[in-house]
Amino acid sequence: MASQEIENLASALARLPGLGPRSARRAVLWLVKRRETALEQLLAAMAEVKDKLVECPVCGNIDTRAPCGICADHRRDARSICVVEDVSDLWALDRAKLFTGKYHVLGGRLSALDGVRPEDLTIGALLERVREGGVDEIVLAMNATLEGQTTAHYIAERLEDLPVRVTQLAHGLPVGGELDYLDEGTLAQALRARRPVG
Amino acid sequence: MALDLISLSDFRNHAHSELSGTAHFNLLTGENGAGKTNVLEALSLLAPGRGLRRAPLAELARGEGSGGFAIGASLRDGSGEPVRLGTFVRADRPNRRLVQVNGAEASAASLAEWLAIGWLTPAMDRLFTDSAGGRRRFVDRLALALEPAHARHAARYEAALRERNRLLADDAPPDPVWLDGVERQLAEHGSALAQARGRTIAAIARALAGFPDEPFARPALAHAAGGPTGESDLAAALRDSRRRDRQAGRTLVGPHRDDLDVVMAGKGAPATICSTGEQKAMLIAITLAHAELAARGRPGLLLLDEVAAHLDPLRREALFERLRAGGAQVWLTGTEPAPFAAIAGEAAMWTVEGGTVTRR
Repeated sequence: MASQEIENLASALARLPGLGPRSARRAVLWLVKRRETALEQLLAAMAEVKDKLVECPVCGNIDTRAPCGICADHRRDARSICVVEDVSDLWALDRAKLFTGKYHVLGGRLSALDGVRPEDLTIGALLERVREGGVDEIVLAMNATLEGQTTAHYIAERLEDLPVRVTQLAHGLPVGGELDYLDEGTLAQALRARRPVG
Repeated sequence: MALDLISLSDFRNHAHSELSGTAHFNLLTGENGAGKTNVLEALSLLAPGRGLRRAPLAELARGEGSGGFAIGASLRDGSGEPVRLGTFVRADRPNRRLVQVNGAEASAASLAEWLAIGWLTPAMDRLFTDSAGGRRRFVDRLALALEPAHARHAARYEAALRERNRLLADDAPPDPVWLDGVERQLAEHGSALAQARGRTIAAIARALAGFPDEPFARPALAHAAGGPTGESDLAAALRDSRRRDRQAGRTLVGPHRDDLDVVMAGKGAPATICSTGEQKAMLIAITLAHAELAARGRPGLLLLDEVAAHLDPLRREALFERLRAGGAQVWLTGTEPAPFAAIAGEAAMWTVEGGTVTRR
């Protein structure tokens, strides 16, 4: 039986996504054995993040600077903005280093049942960014869920009167996917979104 | 093609039961609660899904058993090696259904590649007189067997419908642009849902059209759509009924208001006012027609629980005639052997008593 302090640490770690009590105890044991090295580093890193953490006032990304590294990067194309539901989506897209423009994080998706309304999302701020000018294209990168697609439609409608091109991520055949193994819904989407070759 | 060498271990009230030497007709007789339907349920689990009782896995293992259960059967097609199908639950993982095909682990969905299983149980007897919701679920189950994408459209439609109703129920007038977005999804999935139901009902109706009106009651089926079935028409209808729906506190147009209209052909009477026997005959006719459609070249299995009870001798004879002509292997249950005298010469028969199966 560990002391109350160690138990407190374990129960705090257990709440981390994907961890749970058993893994948390293992992590705690690993850390206490490396009190001077790994534990010290972890403490310092966490303290630093805690002190400097800010939400980017422009795009909603989480970073230690404001505006965030992406918004401040002049090599990125400011004429193109990719709209995502959450910061995790932004990070997923940016890990791939494929999108060279900037981002806009909505902070969720429209859901009447969960009580998430348009004013709870940063849609107003997005419209403001477009109205300020200098933006040619809005890429809607919502999840292919019911709420995600409703949100995408909502934003597209709100952007309708503004001089900006609105595009949406394609849905369909995954890369490396075999037709034989796809569900019919995905196949139907892919068929609908077919395009000329060459 | 037929199932043979069937075994049930620790399933419901069967400690260990084996049925071999099956035929085109297979008959299980015994008193109420003896375990006849349990055998049919075991066979129904050789298809993906939750079987003919839709029971949770935890209910299926025998109370005094180890906590797990196993069902196995061989599928033989005259020549070549039989295919051994098995499904089981292990005591240490009671919530996970495992499937084996020829000894190798496989997905539950893969069972559908081998067999097409249709069933009719007494629980479905009130289909015509019960609520429209029950008939929609019935039609959806039939449609799903013909069009696998049906489930996705149904789930998305339900979710979008809840969103719309929630938006309409708000004290403040709903945001019209938000409603547009939700209604677009409703229209897309709702039209797919309604059209698949329409196609399924039409296909069964076509299959039934070739049968005579007598002696076995022939149902004439029609899809009573709860709204326009075209995507843009449904979207327009939803937009038009916003004010009305807001007053009603729910969506009044769309496939969630669909129904299945059944009329007894020849008599011209709606199924609701037909006799219990006539209703049963029509339900059987729909089940058989659908089973033929759903088989699509796969060997078929028909599980008919207590179907003879409401039929007079003439109708029973007509039913056996139709089943004899069909390609599917038939499994029947009854409390007494007498109503099945007409097939006694050709059927494989078992007596079921207290979870024990004995060949007769």
